Amino acid sequence: MTSTIIFWLIAIIIMGSALMVVLLRNIVHSALFLVVTFVGVSGLYVMLQADFLAAVQLLVYAGAIAILLVFGVMLTVRGDIKYSNLFNRHKFTAGVVSLGLFLLIERIILSSDLLISNKPALESTVGPIADALLTDYVIPFEAAAILLLVAMVGAILLARGEGKPQ
Amino acid sequence: MFWIDNAWLIPIFPAIAFVLIIFVTKKVKMLSALTALAAMATSMMFSIGILFTILGSHGEINMNAPIEYSVPWLTIPGVHITAGVLIDPLTAVMLCVVTIVAFLVQLYSVGYMADDPGFSRFFAYLSLFTFSMLGLVVANNYFQMFFFWELVGLCSYLLIGFYFYKNSAADANKKAFVTNRVADFGFMIGIFFLWLVFGTFNFQELAHAIEGYGNVGFLTLVAVLVFIGPVGKSAQFPLHVWLPDAMEGPTPVSALIHAATMVAAGVYLLARGFVLFNAAPSALLLIAYIGGFTSIFAASIAIVQDDIKRILAFSTLSQLGYMVMAMGVGSITAGMFHLTTHAFFKALLFLGAGSAIHAVHSNSIFDMGGLYKNMKTTTWTFVIGSLALAGIFPLAGFWSKDEILLVTKEGGFTGLYIIGTIVAFLTAFYMFRLIFTAFFGEKRSDHHAHESPWTMTVPLMVLAVFAIFIGFVGAPFVEHGFASLIYFGEPHHATPDYFLMISSTLIALAGIVLAWYMYGKKAVDTEALKQRFLPIWTLLYNKYYIDEVYQWFFDKIVLNIGNAFNWTDRKVVDGIADGFSDLIRATGARLRFVQTGSMQTYALVLFAAVVLIVLWMAVPVLGGM
Amino acid sequence: MITLYHYLILGGFLFCIGLYGALAKRSAVAVLMGIELMLNAVNINLLAFNRFLNPGDVTGHVFAIFVIVVAAAEVAVGLALVINIYRDRMTTQLDDFDWLKW
Repeated sequence: MTSTIIFWLIAIIIMGSALMVVLLRNIVHSALFLVVTFVGVSGLYVMLQADFLAAVQLLVYAGAIAILLVFGVMLTVRGDIKYSNLFNRHKFTAGVVSLGLFLLIERIILSSDLLISNKPALESTVGPIADALLTDYVIPFEAAAILLLVAMVGAILLARGEGKPQ
Repeated sequence: MFWIDNAWLIPIFPAIAFVLIIFVTKKVKMLSALTALAAMATSMMFSIGILFTILGSHGEINMNAPIEYSVPWLTIPGVHITAGVLIDPLTAVMLCVVTIVAFLVQLYSVGYMADDPGFSRFFAYLSLFTFSMLGLVVANNYFQMFFFWELVGLCSYLLIGFYFYKNSAADANKKAFVTNRVADFGFMIGIFFLWLVFGTFNFQELAHAIEGYGNVGFLTLVAVLVFIGPVGKSAQFPLHVWLPDAMEGPTPVSALIHAATMVAAGVYLLARGFVLFNAAPSALLLIAYIGGFTSIFAASIAIVQDDIKRILAFSTLSQLGYMVMAMGVGSITAGMFHLTTHAFFKALLFLGAGSAIHAVHSNSIFDMGGLYKNMKTTTWTFVIGSLALAGIFPLAGFWSKDEILLVTKEGGFTGLYIIGTIVAFLTAFYMFRLIFTAFFGEKRSDHHAHESPWTMTVPLMVLAVFAIFIGFVGAPFVEHGFASLIYFGEPHHATPDYFLMISSTLIALAGIVLAWYMYGKKAVDTEALKQRFLPIWTLLYNKYYIDEVYQWFFDKIVLNIGNAFNWTDRKVVDGIADGFSDLIRATGARLRFVQTGSMQTYALVLFAAVVLIVLWMAVPVLGGM
Repeated sequence: MITLYHYLILGGFLFCIGLYGALAKRSAVAVLMGIELMLNAVNINLLAFNRFLNPGDVTGHVFAIFVIVVAAAEVAVGLALVINIYRDRMTTQLDDFDWLKW
């Protein structure tokens, strides 16, 4: 019962803040609500007994990515910050498409017959994740490491600009 | 048998000479001439060797038992074409005629063309021509013959247009080419019909096949189609128009190609394929009457022309008509005999005319006059040639022309016999009109005529000897003469018809006397005569306006049809094609605005499509929501 | 009782909001934010499936980690691109980025 209340609370926070991210006109406010969304999602992970990922969510999204986005805003936005996050001409069409997609997803989910397992969740996921990453998923794990390295180098190169002494 | 076994080499020698002249000796004039002459002499030696082998074989190699060998030329499933050599007396005689005349003409050309900048080119073309002509003569099937038939047409084109910088020459060679093309098309369709029905091009296989074939209507059609080839190549009415214009070429070319050999190829084809024509009597009748008509038609034009080469050209037309007529009445003996004798004396006449032109630098007989004083050899050889052509006993033309008149008379073609006799009279008249005007009489223009160099006079004398004596090979009283050599079916030995001999000689003499009376003695005022019969004179002088009729036909009808097709092609066919391209271009011009360049638009469209596609796929699963 | 369906529909909702942001916003940074929302929605799905369908295993967690890795890399490179384009064109409004055409 408690968990039901908490779920709905978190769900409302997530949905509301996500809508704010999209609907607000000030991009800094959008970024702040984005952090709220991330934190809410992190709470959802806790409810799903994914303790490690909840921590990662907080660290990576709410910590790193949100800060990165704020830096991006800071470095690029010109003019009045109050009107820095406007809609383009597809506002209405995109809304119809998104709504249609949501309805479709919802119908499909509700009409699906899923095999619910009644086994208890793992006490702690850190150990099993470590085992999985270093055994079955070791190659994707290494590939992800290389991807991060490449992304880092690429980001530095792109952001630095070419040839110009900074 | 050595000569016959190596007969395939005969056309090869001039071909080698052609390649050598083009690629090696072009810069050195005399070397080019020597190459061509050496090749010709070798071919001539082989040809004479073959003729004597056949004569010495005591009838083992005859018209019904030729020697043939071949190699595969084109072998694809369903089609087997060979390149080969067919040696029988007909081939042998033709080979000798071609090689001897060609050799003499080339020798003559050394002198005649001496100052021409295109000297080596001329000899290269002549060699190419002799290669083609000899290849045509030895051919053992229609396909090979057609191949070389086209090649001689090409050489004719090249040589008529030898002075290509002259507009008249360029026009003349185009005319010759196009006219021949028309004729060759009929010929081609004819031999393809033969192929379709009999499945072979080979002369001998066709001969066997045709003998047992009953559909005379089809054979008549094929025979007429094949005959269209000779109508063009041998310049029979109504495709004769190219030959007079072909005189734009150098005179040796006229002598070799347009008098002695190439134009005779049509007659040769008639003889070679005679099995076919013999099986189609109506076609044969057509051939006979076309030949007869051409002979009198051309002879009547010749009596008023003033260009020496054109007179000879119309004379050639007339004589070719004789040969075709002889073929048509069923005697290849008479036709081929006249072809042989005519080749020599007509080549002689052309070379003599060339010698006169060379001296006077004009083609008009009225510019010449009195040439005999300074040009003895030319004059007397020319007179011999003319007597031979006119058919005066005992020169070559007498025997061969009598043979033709005899077969028309014996065959019961009285009309053709009368035409032949009138032509004989006209021939004598126009030839001696030419002689009395050009070689005797007063000097009319300011020319310094001089005798030509020995390279030119020697061929004249050799040909004059031939013109006198060649006729004896076919004289009626000669045992194992021409008639026992070349025949169709069984040899047919003509009995001398003294009435015919005497009457034709008298008629020819009458023509000569009339010519002397009008042009030698000038007892008749020719100018007044001309004025009196002006309409007829104009008609004859303008060659019955055949050229003008053709010109009108092409200008008014062919061009208009062409324009109509042109219009259809441009407006309708191109219109449809252009319409499609315009439609696509217009569509593209509008569709390109779909490509906005905005990634978000693309993403939007993509997701909208995903929604629609998933919806469409999910409807059966969701069961109507 | 909160079931798998609740989580999935929440994930779907979040995804569609992210999509709307990515499609309908002018600012490049806002589009990146939308994409982050979509990736989070995917992660919710992955973890919810893992929790309810196969709770004894961590496959869904591993997948989610890879998604986070990709998201981090994507946002880093994406922002670098935005900054670079901004330096060149003095704008981050995607409406102005229309040179990807004929």
